[in-house]
Amino acid sequence: MASQAARKMDSGFAAWLRRDLLLAYRRSGEVASPVIFFIMVSTLIPLGLTPEAAQLEKVAAGMIWVMALLATLLSMDGLFTSDYQDGSLEQMLITPQLLPLPLLGKITAHWLTTGLPLTLVSPLLGLMLSLPSVGYLPLVCSLALGTVCLSLVGAVGAALTVSLRKGGLLLSLLVMPFYMPVIIFGTATVSYAVDGLNWLPPLAILGAMFAASVALCPLAAAGALRVTASN
Amino acid sequence: MSQVPLLSVENLAFDRDDSCLFSGVNFSVADGDLLQIEGANGSGKTTLLRLLTGSLQPSAGDIFYLGQSISKCRYGYLSDMLYIGHQPAVKLNLSAEENLRWMVASSAQSNSLSVQDALTQVGLAGYTDMPCYALSAGQHRRVALARLLISEARLWYLDEPFTSIDKQGVIFLQSCLQQHVAKGGAVILSTHQDLALSGLRKYKLLPSVESFT
Repeated sequence: MASQAARKMDSGFAAWLRRDLLLAYRRSGEVASPVIFFIMVSTLIPLGLTPEAAQLEKVAAGMIWVMALLATLLSMDGLFTSDYQDGSLEQMLITPQLLPLPLLGKITAHWLTTGLPLTLVSPLLGLMLSLPSVGYLPLVCSLALGTVCLSLVGAVGAALTVSLRKGGLLLSLLVMPFYMPVIIFGTATVSYAVDGLNWLPPLAILGAMFAASVALCPLAAAGALRVTASN
Repeated sequence: MSQVPLLSVENLAFDRDDSCLFSGVNFSVADGDLLQIEGANGSGKTTLLRLLTGSLQPSAGDIFYLGQSISKCRYGYLSDMLYIGHQPAVKLNLSAEENLRWMVASSAQSNSLSVQDALTQVGLAGYTDMPCYALSAGQHRRVALARLLISEARLWYLDEPFTSIDKQGVIFLQSCLQQHVAKGGAVILSTHQDLALSGLRKYKLLPSVESFT
């Protein structure tokens, strides 16, 4: 009985992950827009600020992190909206599986389609912004961990605002305070490495945030969805 | 009462924005029952069905599944239930087959009927690979109704299942419901249509009298 129940819970995660990835593949233009935004803005910075490497390298890490955060925030709004409108969210709420698992499936799909591409293109942007070469590995590591936190925390905000018609601004206000520690330690990881310090401590704190948000955010999002669904 | 009913609703009430939508709803459903919920627009048919699925909380009364309150046997109850809501939960960017596949994967119990066969039976053969935005509203509903063929759940809650379905579809769905209750399942549906189903019971949802607030 226990093993049977476990198998069903598994399938809840896998089914929603597969479905959301397939949906993302079908709407690839729409899904790519955060990444394109990320690349475009980062290309504009040297034009707007200065093309001088000495000045750019000071701001490179922070700029890349700010862009990554805004790009994630941009995509967060739509996480549950279409599911809410066409009734599939209601179906998710009445599945016998534990709600956090299908939600984690959805959030994983979201990260794979936004956070992961952002992480993968970040060395290229580092090059454009003359980030010193020692900073590349810390940048990729910090973004890989940090964007997961951003997706997970954003999902809680998206779950809270899903029943509002124009929840976008409220969502940003809600999740912004929780994004601040992520960006602080994310940029610290890169700037420590650039300054020749040990960059593992800030990365470890980012890892702790990652662990905490994986454990807590799906539960919080599930609770939030139950509240919004009963309105 | 010698036998415990599959589902019984006792004294159910629901308030929306401090005004009572309905109150004192009592009925019970046993194996092989077909219950049609009737009522004017806005009388709370959809709300009642959503209360039954447990996604809304009643303001008074309780729902019992096999004699147990549904809040106490959530997993067992939800595994034995299939709800098809007003919106068919069909993703426009996915094909009919992909839609049905995830619906089946994310719901609890299913039989061995393949997704392809189910879609053929609901009359969507030849449309299974097309993205759903190319299909009509009635075909969307057929995709959702194909779940009925695959599901093993005993309790079916259908909210306006006949919306935008053509005549043959209505006949097919009715035979489907008849088969389900013959196998010992139970159906609660809301519709305005007069159905030619044997053994159909009706429950009329009356607007509540403002007795207390």
